[in-house]
Amino acid sequence: MTRSIKLFALLLATMVLATGCASQRTPYDYAEFKQARPASILVLPPLNSSPEVAATSGMLSQVTYPLAESGYYVIPVALSAETFKQNGLATAADVHHVDPAKLREIFGADAALYVEVKAYGTSYQVISSATVVTADAKLLDLRSSKVLWQGTASASSAENQQQNNNLLGMLVAAVINQISDTLSDTSFRIAGITSNRLLMAGRANGMLYGPRSPQYQKD
Amino acid sequence: MNRCISAGVLAGAVVLASGCAQKRVPPIYGWDNYQQQVYTYLKDEGASPEEQISTLEKGLQSMQARGANAPPGYHAHLGMLYAAVGRDDQMMRELDAEKRLFPESQPYMDFLLRKYQNQTRQVTK
Repeated sequence: MTRSIKLFALLLATMVLATGCASQRTPYDYAEFKQARPASILVLPPLNSSPEVAATSGMLSQVTYPLAESGYYVIPVALSAETFKQNGLATAADVHHVDPAKLREIFGADAALYVEVKAYGTSYQVISSATVVTADAKLLDLRSSKVLWQGTASASSAENQQQNNNLLGMLVAAVINQISDTLSDTSFRIAGITSNRLLMAGRANGMLYGPRSPQYQKD
Repeated sequence: MNRCISAGVLAGAVVLASGCAQKRVPPIYGWDNYQQQVYTYLKDEGASPEEQISTLEKGLQSMQARGANAPPGYHAHLGMLYAAVGRDDQMMRELDAEKRLFPESQPYMDFLLRKYQNQTRQVTK
């Protein structure tokens, strides 16, 4: 009797572990992505549908790390933002309307990343207040104008403690510790976590690795 | 017997647990303050180009000292700041460094160099 209970408990625990890491979503169709295999990415200044004006700069500053560490060349983001401005494209919305062929001609990038920030900043609630950054991204091939990948991610300052249980959480906590000494801008820090979740290759339904990664074409 | 089963299940659980944890890949680049410096630049809240140049130069030295590679954009970003304070030779050197390290950047770096040369030609005329 005790033995069957013990076995049942162990079986249950194993099942929890097994389902805990399995992705429940349908797998992403990477056919176009695998055919296109972009090497360089131009990140357009993100659209901002949050009320926080710093969202575009904050998010744009945080996208290079996950993309470059995933193996892509990223067109220098501050320089491309300047180029857009100098060409009379004052807002992110203006930039998002530029013809992909024109972007390809000036920047020579294989693909462009269109990001929209949906939430950025601190919302004060009755029980607790949290800083939340949520963003969508779409990767467009500038040679064929085909959509290669789309995704969405969110991060919140309220989730720190739970996250420490897993490896990614430890990594995220390390990133926070690393920069919190020099920076007091919480939204910018959370945008970094959102950006890593959104754009780091190797995640379920996430971006694929690029040519400069040792993991290239192994996914 | 009982202990044997427990050990087996435990081993299975460990395999499952480690199977879903992402492998920790060492970073490809040294980063130092690059993304923060991009943010400082884009926010434009009073940090002078000289201050930003100094921070990025220190970052480069630190990366060189520990054998880390500068990430995409680092040299070009520094070059843009040199241009802002009229240090043209250093600007060109940094854009060339970006091109050498990342041939993917060549079309855009050449675009910037052409534009810069046209501007200076107009000024000197």
